[in-house]
Amino acid sequence: MLLLERRPVASSVMRWASPLLALVLTVITGFILFMVVGKDPVEGLKFFFITPISDLPGLAELGLKMAPLLLCAAGLTVCYKAKLWNIGAEGHFLMGALGASVMAVQLSAVNGFWVLPVVLLTGVLGGMIWAAIAAGLKTHLHCNEILTTIMLNYIALNLLLYTVHGPLKDPYGFGFPQSAMFSDSALLPVLIEGTRLHLGLAFGLLATVAVWVLFARSFIGFQLNVIGQDHRAAAFAGFRVRKLTWFAFLVGGATAGLAGASEVTGPIGQLVPQVSPGYGYTAIIVVFLGRMHAVGIVAASALLALTFIGGEILQIAMQMPKAVTALFQGLLLFYLLTCDAFIHYRVRLKKAAPQPTSAAVAAAPQEV
Amino acid sequence: MGLCMTAAIRLKLENIVKEYPGCRANDGIDLTVEAGEIHALLGENGAGKSTLMKVIYGVVQPDEGRVVWNGHAVHVDNPAQARRMGIGMVFQHFSLFETLTVAENIALSLPPDEARNRSQLNQRINEVSERYGMELDPRRYISTLSVGERQRVEIVRCLIQETTLLILDEPTSVLTPQEVTSLFATLRTLSKEGCSILFISHKLEEVRSLCHTATVLRQGRVSGDCQPAEISASEIARLMVGDDTPISTRVTAAEPGEPLMEVSGLGWKSKDPFGTSLRNVNLDLHKGEIVGIAGVAGNGQDELLKALSGEIRADAGTICLSGQNIETLFPDQRRKLGVAIVPEERLGRGAVPDMSLADNALLTASGQGLVERGLIRSGRVREFSREVIRRFGVRCTGENSTAGSLSGGNLQKYIIGREALQNPRLLVASHPTWGVDVGSAVAIHESLVKLRDEGAAILLISEDLDELYQLCNRLGALCDGRLSPLAPTSELHIEQLGQWMAGEFESTEVAHAVA
Repeated sequence: MLLLERRPVASSVMRWASPLLALVLTVITGFILFMVVGKDPVEGLKFFFITPISDLPGLAELGLKMAPLLLCAAGLTVCYKAKLWNIGAEGHFLMGALGASVMAVQLSAVNGFWVLPVVLLTGVLGGMIWAAIAAGLKTHLHCNEILTTIMLNYIALNLLLYTVHGPLKDPYGFGFPQSAMFSDSALLPVLIEGTRLHLGLAFGLLATVAVWVLFARSFIGFQLNVIGQDHRAAAFAGFRVRKLTWFAFLVGGATAGLAGASEVTGPIGQLVPQVSPGYGYTAIIVVFLGRMHAVGIVAASALLALTFIGGEILQIAMQMPKAVTALFQGLLLFYLLTCDAFIHYRVRLKKAAPQPTSAAVAAAPQEV
Repeated sequence: MGLCMTAAIRLKLENIVKEYPGCRANDGIDLTVEAGEIHALLGENGAGKSTLMKVIYGVVQPDEGRVVWNGHAVHVDNPAQARRMGIGMVFQHFSLFETLTVAENIALSLPPDEARNRSQLNQRINEVSERYGMELDPRRYISTLSVGERQRVEIVRCLIQETTLLILDEPTSVLTPQEVTSLFATLRTLSKEGCSILFISHKLEEVRSLCHTATVLRQGRVSGDCQPAEISASEIARLMVGDDTPISTRVTAAEPGEPLMEVSGLGWKSKDPFGTSLRNVNLDLHKGEIVGIAGVAGNGQDELLKALSGEIRADAGTICLSGQNIETLFPDQRRKLGVAIVPEERLGRGAVPDMSLADNALLTASGQGLVERGLIRSGRVREFSREVIRRFGVRCTGENSTAGSLSGGNLQKYIIGREALQNPRLLVASHPTWGVDVGSAVAIHESLVKLRDEGAAILLISEDLDELYQLCNRLGALCDGRLSPLAPTSELHIEQLGQWMAGEFESTEVAHAVA
């Protein structure tokens, strides 16, 4: 009989092997799924994982998708280190996009170097306001942040839909639910000429480094870590748990808000209903797959960015449904969580229990 | 053991070996208990006492060795079988259901046919409790009983099943001195009737007054057998710890200086219906003295510590440090004023288990120049941590070891060292030597006395009366959230302290008015 028993100490090897194992299992399952639906699995996997990054434009697209993932993941890392389970990056992202778009449309007739920073900052503010609602509910009314942030995501989405269908709808847009195109001074500069890769990737990498410094060097990072690992030690030390909770949420809101702002001022250039393919949710997978560590997060965001592009290519080349992206992301998270169990546990073969020598009455021992 | 062969041998263990991954808990232990004998099993934490008890009671199976019960080799598969054989055990942590009555709890451990006849059972409970001087009402609910009464339920539960060997694991640690006396009377009666008793303890004076024989364990082996009444406590302690560990601290008299802290009218209402509220606590501390607070666990010790540290905010009263009311300050602000705290729970409050010792230094010592402009000076943190390890003799592989990997005694030395190196004016320590080996306990006592001699005021909250009498120059007791008056240790008889622990005192307010 197989027995799952707790390891005496958590396995550090498994901590890093788990994401790789999860990836391998995801690929194997993908292979089987392709066979089941009657598609060539080798070709399918090649379209999904290899084709997107085989040339420069492909790599630029990858960077483009990595930018919002990195930004959202940076903020979520700050929350998750303190075990604040903020699922609201998607909502922060949408409010960031919405805030930036409102400002960009207001400033559409204005030129100047300051326009872009103002637009981006409005986006940051939008994300922060949305995060502040969840933070306040948590610190003052003890509401579970998982529930509030998920619900706020839907409110944000509906607010955005209302805005593009209503107040912000382009009067010259032939009735399409989208805003007017932003002026050039409200657009992010492109990093590589001839591609869509914009400054957002630099923001993302910068945020990743900043979060790394926060946890490797700063006392605030240390305090967040203590709160996450041992709430009672934090109270004993006198850390201001309430203030630090606000800090984590606001950072989460700011980075995801910037991600949303960068998306509308970057590749899209206007506000559209489908501004996010679920970056805020995917970023959660990025954080866990990347083990909340800078290097891991960059690698994980590249992998998850690939699932977006690979999914698009499979739709076109092999007439697969759009759900294939979500399917691969879901598999990855599922296997990661499964493999993570082996960080603290190991499988052991249970020896057959020796037969009791005397007449054993099935009375359970009441003492431990 | 030198006793003649006429006494029947109740239990004989031969060469018991039990190995856990990475540790040989029992390494060839022999033990003989005769009928009617009160036999002490002594040893430090980790010496293998609990494992040996679990072997006898059938909780674990030995890897090697033989258990001989009344002359027959037996294989004890589980506690139920042990109970049928006549072995009863009272654990340190009771296994009683609070929402059931005494009789119902006892019925649970009986065979179904005996358990069903409730009136007969009540009668038997009354008989047993009267016969052994343990007053007990079978109809009362466990939640209304004191700790001492709960222990009686456990013992009666064993006796009702015709137990011929009773194992008691640290039975006196939860009792007031008066309760200890009445427990010992019961045990002596039992012994006279032929019931053998295996008494696990580390309180040597108790063992000397009660037990006929003693077996001392050290690192999984028997380090000696003795008749405790005939040798001194320090000789027994020597058997427990080996030759190279100091076994006691010589405490010089305190020379109290000017007043430092004044707590007056401190009150705090617990939000938990089973919690303890603090009620009108008055307390004063002078520089250069150690004041002890005795009391049975759960009488407001933890709440008092938290109110002093700032983890909970009192509803009433003031805490003045050199005339400044610090009641409204956060824990870290109080720490900056020189208040150091050593909480009862070392892991999970005093230290974060999975963090390194260096990081755990940062937990409370961040004000010692370890953080500059919000950034951690990791060089200084490591230096501070190494200093604690060196000065307080913490045995570990270095400042990068995780707190959870240290033994209780070593972690406690580290935590006390961390606080002491911050030159506190006031140190509040709760159960600083609880579950700590003798060598570490001595080192911890020495650090406290040294800190006192450097002019700090120390408030020592403890259940260990020996420790309190040894270290403190004034003593009081907490009962149900109320604090007794404080009296000089030399004038306070242990009987009086026992009454205070049981709540028999006028409120401190009156005492103050009189003084």
